[in-house]
Amino acid sequence: MYHSIYDLVTGPLTWLGFGVLVLGGLFRMVSLYSLAKKKDASSIAYNKAKYGIRSILHWITPFGTLGWKENPVITVVTFVFHICLLATPIFLGAHIDLWDLNFGVSWPALPDHVADIMTVLVIAAGCFFAYRRVVDKTVAFVTTWKDWFALCVTMGPFITGFLAYHQIFNYQFMIVLHVITGIAWLLFIPFGRLSHAILGWYSRVYIASEFQGVRHAKDW
Amino acid sequence: MQNTNGWNWEPGRKVETYADCAQNSEWLEEWCVSPDGETVARVACTAPAEFALCVNGKLSENVYEKIICPKFTPDGKLVAFVSQDMEWFLSVDNEVGEEGYGFLWDSMWADGTVAAAVQQDMQYGMIVGGKIWDNLFENGNNFTLSPDGKKSAAVVQVKSLGQADIYTFQEGVFQVAVDGEALGDVFMNVWTPSFNADGSKVAAQVRETLYDYSIAVNGKAWDAKFQTVWEPRFNPKTGGVVAPVRQGGKWGMAEDGKIIWAPKYAQLWHHQFTAEGDIWAICAPEFGKFALVKNDKPFSQTAAVVYDLAVSPDGKRAAAMARGEDRMFSVLTDTGAWNGKYDMVWQPVFSADSSHTAVRVDRNGRQTVIVDGKAYGEDFDQCFDPAFSPDSSKVLIKALNGDEYIRIVADVSEFK
Amino acid sequence: MYNEIFDRKIEDVGLQTGIDRLTPEKIEKTVKQVLEGETGAKLKVYHDTCVRCGMCAKACHFYQSHLEPSYSPVAKIHQSIGVLIEKDGKVGPDFIYQCAQIAYTECNLCRRCVHYCPLGIDTAYMMSTMRRICHKLGVTPQYIQDTAHSHSATMNQMWVKDDEWVDSLLWQEEEARDEFPDMRIPLDVDGVDFLYSVIGPEPKFRTHLIYQAAAIFHEAGANWTMPSEPGWDNSDMAMFSGDFEMMGRLKRAHFECAQKLHVKRIVMGECGHAFRSIYDQGNRWLGWKDYPVEVVHSVEFFTELFKAGKIKMKAKHPGIATIQDPCNIIRGRGLYDHLRFLAHEVCEEIVEMAPNGEHNYCCAAGGGIINCGPPFKNVRMSGNKAKADQLKAAYDKGARTILAPCHNCHGGLEDIIHHYGIDMEIKFLGDIIYANMVKTKAVEE
Ligand code: HEM
Ligand code: SF4
Ligand code: SF4
Repeated sequence: MYHSIYDLVTGPLTWLGFGVLVLGGLFRMVSLYSLAKKKDASSIAYNKAKYGIRSILHWITPFGTLGWKENPVITVVTFVFHICLLATPIFLGAHIDLWDLNFGVSWPALPDHVADIMTVLVIAAGCFFAYRRVVDKTVAFVTTWKDWFALCVTMGPFITGFLAYHQIFNYQFMIVLHVITGIAWLLFIPFGRLSHAILGWYSRVYIASEFQGVRHAKDW
Repeated sequence: MQNTNGWNWEPGRKVETYADCAQNSEWLEEWCVSPDGETVARVACTAPAEFALCVNGKLSENVYEKIICPKFTPDGKLVAFVSQDMEWFLSVDNEVGEEGYGFLWDSMWADGTVAAAVQQDMQYGMIVGGKIWDNLFENGNNFTLSPDGKKSAAVVQVKSLGQADIYTFQEGVFQVAVDGEALGDVFMNVWTPSFNADGSKVAAQVRETLYDYSIAVNGKAWDAKFQTVWEPRFNPKTGGVVAPVRQGGKWGMAEDGKIIWAPKYAQLWHHQFTAEGDIWAICAPEFGKFALVKNDKPFSQTAAVVYDLAVSPDGKRAAAMARGEDRMFSVLTDTGAWNGKYDMVWQPVFSADSSHTAVRVDRNGRQTVIVDGKAYGEDFDQCFDPAFSPDSSKVLIKALNGDEYIRIVADVSEFK
Repeated sequence: MYNEIFDRKIEDVGLQTGIDRLTPEKIEKTVKQVLEGETGAKLKVYHDTCVRCGMCAKACHFYQSHLEPSYSPVAKIHQSIGVLIEKDGKVGPDFIYQCAQIAYTECNLCRRCVHYCPLGIDTAYMMSTMRRICHKLGVTPQYIQDTAHSHSATMNQMWVKDDEWVDSLLWQEEEARDEFPDMRIPLDVDGVDFLYSVIGPEPKFRTHLIYQAAAIFHEAGANWTMPSEPGWDNSDMAMFSGDFEMMGRLKRAHFECAQKLHVKRIVMGECGHAFRSIYDQGNRWLGWKDYPVEVVHSVEFFTELFKAGKIKMKAKHPGIATIQDPCNIIRGRGLYDHLRFLAHEVCEEIVEMAPNGEHNYCCAAGGGIINCGPPFKNVRMSGNKAKADQLKAAYDKGARTILAPCHNCHGGLEDIIHHYGIDMEIKFLGDIIYANMVKTKAVEE
């Protein structure tokens, strides 16, 4: 019973997750780009890679922009959150072992205790975000179920992974739950709030081109 | 098309300095040159608050407190507005009518008739051939004459508006008036009335609600409404009215309310009919790219901006000013763009047989005329619009160099 | 949640009459028509990806002045167009009132918040789209709507009639000849270096600005002209009311005025929003990627004159001045260096406000808010305590003059200094240059 569930989630469902991530992501990028060409021709006509890259370099630098400077706490938390969020699943030893087992590819792994700390950081950052959504009036005012949903989906695999790794509660149950939440992560990235991970680049490059190209001003 | 019959087409050049005026004036204003190049006029300030016209170097006897907007009509009359004792007069070849007005502006000419917009006692209308409209209105604009000069029209305000009275405005306060008689329905906005050849019909752009635009012929709007429209023109063959219209965010062409060019252009305007009923226009096949278009078939050569469209007398060719992405100007024709790049290009002029095109251009502050892409070997401080002889073999160049006015008749073969 | 909090409804005839005429069906149809017909990927991406982090809150002077959640940029979206998108336009007329009030009177479309949003979301675009929907629904503040009507009927924003325009130019020319005997305001001269364009209020009640500009051009020996026919007004409230068709018509009239005269450039008076309408919005609606005639703002043009030595100052403006950076020419067009160069050329001493340059705060008059008229004046006053604080800080450092090369900034700051009791005077560059330049061509005094 347990094994068949485990096989199901780590087999076909994981394939589904990555499939949706890649195909869904591509679909959204392509369909939105063609929609932009059709309907926003007078906007995207100004897009230039040079401006986009310059802007991205500023925005991926902590305190590299006015927005980051004026919101220092969020800046630190956001960078820690996102770096750990992306690096942990990719460089976790256990994940790399799975890639090796299934596809024969591997790359250097993070030491387990480092990955563990990073997981804790993601959870802590997530808690901070949750706290803001409740306590900070400005954020609470604009928070909807979509934001809670995005936060929960994002946190799911980290919480379950942490619990499983430390064998709190039932390990087998946790590991299945971890895989399921991980799949949910992949499934939702192309859509809704989490699509900022792939679509944010579009809006960044576009506004960068508008500001630097048309308005001769910085967008940071 | 400028009639150039009867002009002096003897090849050669005439140079004049017209120095007399300068000696007797505090300053002289811009040069105005008649179409045939035989008369040049300037407004001269002869004493503080005293102005006269300097024509071919002779100062006119009559002086005024102001002289503005001098210009030659295609048949060579010098028209200007002059003011004396708080009244304005229309001056035609230095003859001033008896009647004075509150204000005059926008002088125009058609087939021998001179007209202008007028304000008299804060009422608005037109004077045509020296006669003021019988009815004047609270406001007027978009003045025009019929091609035969017999009819005049303007957009007039027929209802008063209070301060920030947005709802009266939205019920409609404007109408077209022909010869002072308001015509047909009242609209929120009316723009650019335009007559057919015999002046029996007038078509205009109208806005019926904040969102519905149409074309009204003799004050009656088409049933069809559009997101917006541009100025209508009459088809000389069928008598139909044709205007660019915007639908679904794209531009097309409609005739009598029916779409004849499907809306697919990012822009479509400045259309002109040929005698055969073909339509030339300027279009933008896609955002930021403009081209010439004939009968809904855009030409492949594009530019960032196209303006000053001229269609040849036989209707088969067209040429226009083009501005490239490098912000330099060139000449765009139905056979492609000419090689030269300039700082400014004026409206192209076709020869009577449609085989040659002449254009006034400016490069680094020096101006000259080019014909069929080939330059005249000399440049000047300033040129004026060129013209072709009736047999299309010669080009008239009118130019200024320093204090000299130069009139040149050159053979087309002299352009290399 | 937001409906309960939105307790600041302001009575306006235009908004009220507008919503009285609405039905839910009409709203739904119009919202769908704009969202599906006129917007595309831009709106979708902004709507989907905004992570509601609230980082943009601090950007906005309204938020900074009220310190109240409902004034943050994201909150403006959240209380208006965001809901229309989520609910597919299924909202009632009262909600549209709220949307209109927020979009027309609580956002200056100043785009300061772009510097704060990590995802590059352009709140001003969302608010413009909201205004577009309101325009289509007929729910627009009375005064800005009246201005849009004036634009449509006369091609200028002040109901100036054709003759009144030329008459005011001739009048200024005549006045100026007492000072500069051979000064001209050349009308309709073909092929000159530039056409000078102004905004509607100048011939109406700020004619001295035309005088000053003409005097400066005269002194500099410029080769210029002004048009005698409509198209002379570069301003554009239709752009801000959401009437984009009219915006296009106005910009066509303006550019064709210059094209007809074959001038090499248009020089624009000290106005910000008009500048935005020609390099950013109006040209695009007409299909031009670049503007069809090169346009330079007075700030650029004066810089050229000073650098070329064509204008020299007899004395600098005395005392300490501070600089209001108009959004539409600094954040909107990068004229920061030009403005600093000029400010130091014409003023004895400058103290800067903080933040400044492209990170400046808007005057709260821009984006058409001041044109929404008296009912909303207090929205601008209470909503820009942030600017008042900046000005007071500059005052404390000794500044008594505010240099503001923009008509909206002028109007907005004038109200702010009165409201907050700050004893400063506001100047255009043209005011200072005209008053203090070396006048070689003037009569001896
Ligand atoms: C790789 C590109 C990514 C970029 C550039 C990016 C950028 C951002 C930014 C700028 C914020 C706003 C600041 C904040 O509130 O922390 C944000 C928030 C957020 N991101 Fe990402 N992100 C990326 C990927 C992801 C991924 C892959 C996930 C999860 C699947 C994710 C989950 C979140 C969540 C949940 C928030 C909201 C935090 C809150 O509740 O305030 N992000 N992201
Ligand atoms: S900063 Fe950007 S992503 Fe964050 S709430 Fe504001 S608009 Fe949304
Ligand atoms: S007023 Fe300026 S900072 Fe505030 S929301 Fe509007 S564009 Fe953003």
